[in-house]
Amino acid sequence: MIVADRKSLDEILGMVADKDKILILGCKGCVTVCNVGGLKEAEILAASIKIARKKEGTDIEIDTQALERQCDNEYVSQIKDSVADYQAVVSMACGVGPQFLSEMYPDHVFYPAVNTTFFGGAVQHGVWEERCAGCGTCGIHLFGGLCPIARCAKSLLHGPCGGSSNGICEVHKDTACIWDAIVKKKMETGHLEDLAAVKPFKDWRTARDGGPRRSIREELVKGNI
Amino acid sequence: MTETKSGSNLEKVLTAGHFAFTGECGPPKGANVEHLQKKFQYLKGNVDCVNMTDNQTAVVRMSSLAGSALMVSQGLEPNFQMVCRDRNRLAMMSDILGAYALGVRNMLCLSGDHQTFGNHPEAKNVHDIDSMQLIAMVKKMRDEGKFLNGEEIDVPPKMFIGAACNPFADPYEFRVHRLATKIAAGADFIQTQCIFNMDKFRDFMKQVVDMGLHERCYILAGVTPMKNAGMANFMSKYVPGMDIPDSLIKRLKGVDKRDQAEEGILFALEQIAEFKEMEGVAGVHLMAIEWEHKVPEIAERAGVLPRP
Amino acid sequence: MRLSYPADVKIIQVPCTGRVDIIHLLNALEDGADGVYVAGCLEGECHYLEGNYKARRKVEYVKKTLKELGIEPERVQMYNLSSAQGARFAEIANEMVQHITDLGPTPVR
Repeated sequence: MIVADRKSLDEILGMVADKDKILILGCKGCVTVCNVGGLKEAEILAASIKIARKKEGTDIEIDTQALERQCDNEYVSQIKDSVADYQAVVSMACGVGPQFLSEMYPDHVFYPAVNTTFFGGAVQHGVWEERCAGCGTCGIHLFGGLCPIARCAKSLLHGPCGGSSNGICEVHKDTACIWDAIVKKKMETGHLEDLAAVKPFKDWRTARDGGPRRSIREELVKGNI
Repeated sequence: MTETKSGSNLEKVLTAGHFAFTGECGPPKGANVEHLQKKFQYLKGNVDCVNMTDNQTAVVRMSSLAGSALMVSQGLEPNFQMVCRDRNRLAMMSDILGAYALGVRNMLCLSGDHQTFGNHPEAKNVHDIDSMQLIAMVKKMRDEGKFLNGEEIDVPPKMFIGAACNPFADPYEFRVHRLATKIAAGADFIQTQCIFNMDKFRDFMKQVVDMGLHERCYILAGVTPMKNAGMANFMSKYVPGMDIPDSLIKRLKGVDKRDQAEEGILFALEQIAEFKEMEGVAGVHLMAIEWEHKVPEIAERAGVLPRP
Repeated sequence: MRLSYPADVKIIQVPCTGRVDIIHLLNALEDGADGVYVAGCLEGECHYLEGNYKARRKVEYVKKTLKELGIEPERVQMYNLSSAQGARFAEIANEMVQHITDLGPTPVR
């Protein structure tokens, strides 16, 4: 899923400093699962903002709502009758949400309440880790099921760098050296020779480097046939 | 390895069967050419070639390409270092061509320290290709005379290709295999990380020799003389991938503070003496970090002068 | 026991402090409560195993939020006591009220 972290209250308060009626719009997709931008978190943010504004003596009216998904126009359109009631909408979805909203309602202002960070999963309750870099050419199977593009700080393709120590990455003491894990797995399974050859140069056109990407399922596109 | 690939002095020294002795020089944190030239004078005539580091420890310095060119103009042979952190394949290939045009004949292909260690930790890193692929790319440019895309190069860069090896990083059992891949990718010579743990290095070289890697590539053992016990302590704790045995720290601490530098040099000299005899070791790479003025003395006492 | 505790404390009963959510604590403060405290079971003695630990983490979250907003985090507290400790209950209520009285009225009005 897409993982995000909520922005600081200071930053969000700054965004809506001159507003006195806003909507905080959660998303029931990834950000609900990673406990950052669902209805519950929208309500908590609303209460926090209200406390801050009451303390300042500048009350603010806040409504909260969560859409099924903010990355789907079908759901984004659900606020078409109410969006004009607010001076601004604070989206708690990943970076996709505020953009779909801005595109559908070009006359309105949408603020991101979260910083979108990575594609990952929960390794324990309350802790999420990155697993995928969305590079567009998946080769996870070549590395024992572990992705060095996303999980090696240098995206190395031929084994751990000289900074790997006791299975820990040189960059951060809480980060496992993924190459240590890949090598150990290959050794245990007797497939170390898989790592011997020089890998083909990666074609980054399928990654962000090739410009904004697009996926098309021909069979779903109306008017194709 | 009889015909020369690059015509570099280092290559000639090694192919002639001499015990190589290479040095290192960090470019200035600025455009101070005078300072650099002063360092060159300590190295000139005492080593076969000098590594010009590329934003080492991710700290911004004068470019290794410019530093290498300045070295050429002063009559020294550079070993132009290039890391994968700061350049994509376009910049790499163009800098390789530029370096060759300016008289550079040796290259050292590295991944590069992560930028979080340096003085611009906010920077975006590149890592378009990794050090293994950089080796393969330089080889392709040299041997096939082609860019990565297959287009012909009008006067290909004939580089003597170097790579690094850290036998002291983990997982240890994999290190010799990683070295083998670097050689297969096209490395002509290897410069190892600073060696302090001699027991481990002896074991590592045994693996290298058993696999016959020393016959396919020249291996230069990395030596860094310790200035004092404090430096040993610091490197042990804060420099990633360093293996400094307690016995060495103890040995340095065991002498008076004024004599610690001499003790550090003595240890380095003992190492060099052993490397001269060690099977599979073709030379020594002396990394006298900010201690370039000691190189003439160390070279003299190590008995590696005059250079061929 | 006929122990007395200050009338300033309004009690909201929940089956387990695990049921208390961040939003409940924030809403109380938003509506002008000068302080809020959660009285959970003794640590290690939650009937539902970890309800009181969860509550403590939520209290910590609200403390952090208050800090960010420039409000004394001490206005929110977590206490642990057993249902047999009537005297302790009264003591805590007095302590909390005293604490809040010292801090003065909430800046959230």
